[in-house]
Amino acid sequence: MRNTLRNALLALSGAIFMAVVFHTALPVAGQAPAGPRLPRLGGKPDLNGIWQAMNTANWDLEAHAARPALAMRPGPIVPVPAKEVLAFGAVGAVPGGMGVVEGGEIPYTPEGLKKKKENQDNWLTRDPEIKCYLPGVPRANYMPFPFQIFQSDKAFAIAYEFAGAYRNVYLKDPGPPQVDSWMGQSVGRWEGDTFVIDANGFIDQSWFDRSGNHHSEALKVTERYTMVDPNHINYEATIEDKNVFTRPWKISFPLYRRMEKGARLNQFKCVEFVEELMYGHLRKTPVQ
Amino acid sequence: MKYRSVLSIGTLAVATAVVCSLGPVAAAPRFGGNESSGGGQATPAAATAQKAAPATAKLWTMPRTADGKPDLQGTWSNATLTPLERLPGQGLILTDAQTAQIENRTKEVAAFRDAPSDPNRPPPVKGGEDRPLPPGEPTFIERISASAGGKVGGYNNFWLDPGERVLRIDGKPRGAMVIDPPDGRVPALTPEARTRAMQRAARTKAFGEFDHPELRGLAERCLLSFGSNAGPPMVPNYFYNNNYQIVQTKDHVMIMTEMVHDVRIIRMGAGLEHPPKPVRPWLGDSIGRWDGDTLVVETTNFHPQQQYRGASENLKITERFTRAGPDQILYRFTVEDPTTFVAPWTAESAFNRTEEMIYEYACHEGNYALSNVLSGERSKEKRDAEKIKKPQ
Repeated sequence: MRNTLRNALLALSGAIFMAVVFHTALPVAGQAPAGPRLPRLGGKPDLNGIWQAMNTANWDLEAHAARPALAMRPGPIVPVPAKEVLAFGAVGAVPGGMGVVEGGEIPYTPEGLKKKKENQDNWLTRDPEIKCYLPGVPRANYMPFPFQIFQSDKAFAIAYEFAGAYRNVYLKDPGPPQVDSWMGQSVGRWEGDTFVIDANGFIDQSWFDRSGNHHSEALKVTERYTMVDPNHINYEATIEDKNVFTRPWKISFPLYRRMEKGARLNQFKCVEFVEELMYGHLRKTPVQ
Repeated sequence: MKYRSVLSIGTLAVATAVVCSLGPVAAAPRFGGNESSGGGQATPAAATAQKAAPATAKLWTMPRTADGKPDLQGTWSNATLTPLERLPGQGLILTDAQTAQIENRTKEVAAFRDAPSDPNRPPPVKGGEDRPLPPGEPTFIERISASAGGKVGGYNNFWLDPGERVLRIDGKPRGAMVIDPPDGRVPALTPEARTRAMQRAARTKAFGEFDHPELRGLAERCLLSFGSNAGPPMVPNYFYNNNYQIVQTKDHVMIMTEMVHDVRIIRMGAGLEHPPKPVRPWLGDSIGRWDGDTLVVETTNFHPQQQYRGASENLKITERFTRAGPDQILYRFTVEDPTTFVAPWTAESAFNRTEEMIYEYACHEGNYALSNVLSGERSKEKRDAEKIKKPQ
């Protein structure tokens, strides 16, 4: 009996010992040979290149089913696409997506949610993307356009194809932003192999997507860029805005390297493309 | 400079109304036909990039990137009081007296304009009034802002930041940027280019100035900066925000122009080719290479609407960037377009280091002016039509 107990205790302590060893040993053993070799620059992952998200976050950050259009009006049986977008047919339809918000829902305050719904109802006149306004952060990173990272030992900058948006990521904190802006002020640092950007100083006019998700000038975005192999970056953004949300929330998705031969950032200077929309009614003779 | 944070937020109504008169040609006005060059004489060859090492060179080692190339990175400004083309009575190099005259005059004008205005002054006369300036010979920048502001005033001094010094290369003050041809003037247009310009003017003349947004200047439409800031060639606008950021990677040089946040992505490497002719982006297509310690960038395929000084689709700009000291990049560019200019021409300028931050120039987002100038004209038309209906 005593021996049995002793043996059992020995076995148990052995198991604990093994568990402890494994618990600590496994990740250690797993780290070195795991992950593919990353391209490096000055010891840090080299994020230089052209990247693009492949998801439907720009349509709606939250999970959503495919539907005929963003702008709808009542029909005799079911809602039908609004007049303004009807001609687009399937091109104007919304592709479905599982959403990129961790936990599923954006934690709006009741007033925040009310404004989101108003935005949604007035998408055509309110979405800054339609007017080719600078997309803001994090939206710029999941627009259906690529962006290019320029990383050197002294600087980190991101040029976006959409609207020619640009962010200089300060590597030394210049202090609080002097003015609010569409793309905000970004300050970056390395946490191990993850490049972390703190962005704030935003104006309250940019949106997060075509579904009216919005923020105030109190927005703070903390982005984490973790390269997992030479052609993928895991992107995470924590969004805080005490005026609009009840708590910080997070989105995450992979960024894919544009692989095609001679891949380059094209130009999408859309200001010119929206002149008719914005100023057409002010022509001497409006186009019929 | 201390007002930069406010200054860069966007465009003012006045700003964009002013811009149209600062087109590429207007930005370097010709004052009379005097082509003579006075003042100090020097040959352009004496001021080449290779010889640009200033007196401080002994104390300065060329900063280099990890792969051994000269490091051009940082924040730079090309603001200067020196015009592109030589003015009458000036040589390539300015005399000390000429330099002092220009720089002192600039300070005087700034102080004059900064002086508090009389709160009890009467309202401006109908149609606007000339803004007073201190007596004396105005600088060419004063003439530009006077013509741009017109009688409604345009900017006051708060908004202006054209530079405080003339261009100095090799430590020598320059009268103009053009070094070749030796008269410091941009060569004449070819007959073909003159015909094109006349055809363009005739097409525009078929409309009223404010009939359609497309008839307004590129900067007023927030498509490009004033003048040729983003270029190429990257020439100061003699107005404000002549700031740039350069980031270098192993296969790209990125140059961000503060105005209209235009980014030039210069591809580096052997065997690169410009895209087929129909691909014509804004700012053209730039390919770079290193020639010793000089970055050489060749740009073609310019956007059809970006007609630098009336250039055609055959325009080729070759730029040379050379670090000339701890705080300066020498910038030299050659403009070739046999269908536009009777000869190629070359100019020299500089990017000087600035400690200022670059701000977001969200031009389009704040462009109230374009809708205001158009709707103003529509109101005027309506009022005029009513006058005709009901003659007084």
